[in-house]
Amino acid sequence: MPLHKTLTHALRGLALAAALGASTGALAQTALRIGLAEDPDVLDPTMARTYVGRIVFASICDKLFDIDEKLNIVGQLALSHQTSADGKTVTIKLRPNVKFHDGEPFNAEAAKFSLERHLTEKGSFRRAEISAIDKVEVVDPLTIRLVLKSPFAPLMAQLTDRAGMMVSPKAARAAGDKFGNAPVCAGPYRFVERVAQDRIVVEKFADYWDKGRVHIDRIVYRPIQDSTVRLANLKSGQLDLLERLLATDVAEVRKDNRLKLATGFELGYQGVTINVGNGEKANTPLGKDARVRRALELSLDREAIDQVVFNGLQSPGNQWVNPQNPYHLAKFPVPKRDVAKARALLKEAGVTGPVAVDFMVPNNPESRAVAEVMQSMAAEAGFELKIRVTEFATSLNEAEKGNFNLYFLAWSGRTDPDGNIYVFASCKGPQNYGRWCDPAADALLDKARTTSALNERKALYEQFAAKWLTEGSVIYLYHRALLFAHSTRLEGYKVMPDGLIRVTDLRLK
Amino acid sequence: MLHFLPRRLLQLIPTLFLVSVIIFSLQQLLPGDPALVMAGEEKDPEVIAQIREQYHLDKPIPVQYGYWLAGVLQGDLGESMRIKKPVSELVAEKLPVTLQLASMAMLFALLIGIPAGILSAVRKGSGWDIGANVFALWGLSTPNFWLGIMLIFLFSVKLGWLPASGFVSPFEDLRQSLATTVLPAFVLGNAIAAVLMRHMRSAMLQAMSADYVRTARAKGLYERFVVLRHALRNALTPVITLGALEFGTLLSGAVLTEQVFSIPGFGKLIVDAVFNRDYAVVQGVVLVTATVYVLLNLLADVLYVLVNPRLRS
Repeated sequence: MPLHKTLTHALRGLALAAALGASTGALAQTALRIGLAEDPDVLDPTMARTYVGRIVFASICDKLFDIDEKLNIVGQLALSHQTSADGKTVTIKLRPNVKFHDGEPFNAEAAKFSLERHLTEKGSFRRAEISAIDKVEVVDPLTIRLVLKSPFAPLMAQLTDRAGMMVSPKAARAAGDKFGNAPVCAGPYRFVERVAQDRIVVEKFADYWDKGRVHIDRIVYRPIQDSTVRLANLKSGQLDLLERLLATDVAEVRKDNRLKLATGFELGYQGVTINVGNGEKANTPLGKDARVRRALELSLDREAIDQVVFNGLQSPGNQWVNPQNPYHLAKFPVPKRDVAKARALLKEAGVTGPVAVDFMVPNNPESRAVAEVMQSMAAEAGFELKIRVTEFATSLNEAEKGNFNLYFLAWSGRTDPDGNIYVFASCKGPQNYGRWCDPAADALLDKARTTSALNERKALYEQFAAKWLTEGSVIYLYHRALLFAHSTRLEGYKVMPDGLIRVTDLRLK
Repeated sequence: MLHFLPRRLLQLIPTLFLVSVIIFSLQQLLPGDPALVMAGEEKDPEVIAQIREQYHLDKPIPVQYGYWLAGVLQGDLGESMRIKKPVSELVAEKLPVTLQLASMAMLFALLIGIPAGILSAVRKGSGWDIGANVFALWGLSTPNFWLGIMLIFLFSVKLGWLPASGFVSPFEDLRQSLATTVLPAFVLGNAIAAVLMRHMRSAMLQAMSADYVRTARAKGLYERFVVLRHALRNALTPVITLGALEFGTLLSGAVLTEQVFSIPGFGKLIVDAVFNRDYAVVQGVVLVTATVYVLLNLLADVLYVLVNPRLRS
């Protein structure tokens, strides 16, 4: 037999065997295979910090609250909540008849344990998110009271994410700091196994409180970093759903009738931070004169950036929340590109000759492309952006040290607007890399944190924006489209504002 | 005849010590603060301080090394900062994966490279020779990631014969395991086959012109016997060295290929660890691969002795 025929037979045999293996498994159970862009970090809600980790948690760890498609806060393991008139106590009624995956009951004691664990566990990443909580009291077996140090409006939004995830006290005590290796929560799926960098497997939890909405037996999360390979897996039927499709692959998904595209806009933003007070590199016309910063902004055409790099899929923006967000400020529309005005501002600021700018850009293809488009736009107004592509971990260090004039920054976003602005714009904000500081603006941000009513809060943000958007150290550029592709076999999938994959109500045909 | 073995095994200790010092020092030169990377988006200063304390990052570098070395001597390679798993567990999880992939790749390389090298030397100037050289050029100049993606598109997306990526353990499902590793192993083996073919060819050409081959022919031995028993045996020595080195390289992780095929082996582990500044994982994996590399070199020396009787004395 000729060699190529032998090879063909051998490969077909292998493939058939593989297919047989897969189909016998499929008869017994339905399995949803989700392609992730990265391998999650530790699966302990207290210690976790990655976005992909949150995608996995959405199937195994229910939270006190969740968000709906319109970003409203709705109960999940909590039935309702009541905030006192002074804003310093929050009483939460818990859902009855809820069990953790180990059969332990979920009740007020368990909720108190979980919140205290988030607050006190060594190295907890949740502590800062809910540090407003002074103590947690058990009112009755299904009611807890959060006593706050001071009113804190973003608290409920924090409880819609990892800080609101409830863990089994018995399992957490037994596992100690190894809890993340086999998390035990109260979500629709229970953890089965994890092979680092290969897969995370979860299976349907028979005693889930809302089991009527769980229709798939198992979910396998597979980290596949290369976006082309992730898509190839979807096209060849080895994945049912994938996250972070590249904008450039959207057309390919649209023309494939076995695939569907699902989109939304991220809660966060992409923008650039200007060094205005962080070390030597702040001493530039860009760092010292707000007019130069505005000139740079006016030299940019956000729509064109979106069209050139992303085929018009992103949402151009000039604020820390996207236009769909209830806290978006209509008073501050996206400024149009105006090169003449930009030049005039530079002249007014007494700047002659091109303004040289050290532009640090983390090394990924999309940021690089945006930076290059910005470079050519800004050049027309009199800026010379010198792009310095830097590996991500290194860029964090450089940003901290102030070794940049301009830094390309991505923020995944938080449900509450405070999470998108406070750490970046307040004087002591840990991510205020440009070190912009204005005590009056700080006072507004602090007040917005303690104000619950949407309109009052929005008014405070409007006052803040009047200063921040004209003199501040961040130029917002766009809000990324959350791009998901899935097979037409999968039904019931909708993109949520936080981009996390809710697994209830999903079905496989 | 293998009297050198104990001495060589003892040499392993200073070698590995030196490797560990070098890797530890080089790692410190990497820009970027592991605590800052680990602190995630929130960057809570208190958490950053706790991470520094927990992983001794607040101590001087020699002290950090001391902590690490003390752990290693007690069989503890440390813990991954990122996923909070012992490094030894991660190594134990990834080593069989890498070993399987490397072995299959080596099998492809040997099955293609050695016969092609012999054939092109024996039939120098013929169509076989030209064909083998073209193949070698192709193998050497085709980037692994490109070939990998092309094979995925052909065999997975278009033909639907093989899985596009991933890994299944042979103990779980042998057929699926072979199906998931055949493409990455071919991609890796293809490049090595080209190198082996080139070396095999030149070593064979040299051997074929040696006096003992002429003598063997003069004695009237069959050509096949002359080639396989006389010339090949001598020509194999440099190829064994090369094969062992290539196998060692494969064991240290085929970064790009593992990335393209999403194979959870050493390559992916170490690259992710470097980008996340997960120092303990980098050190642990490098130590293990260095040990394997040194042992493979030793194995190559043992094989010399076995194939070349002149070295047995």
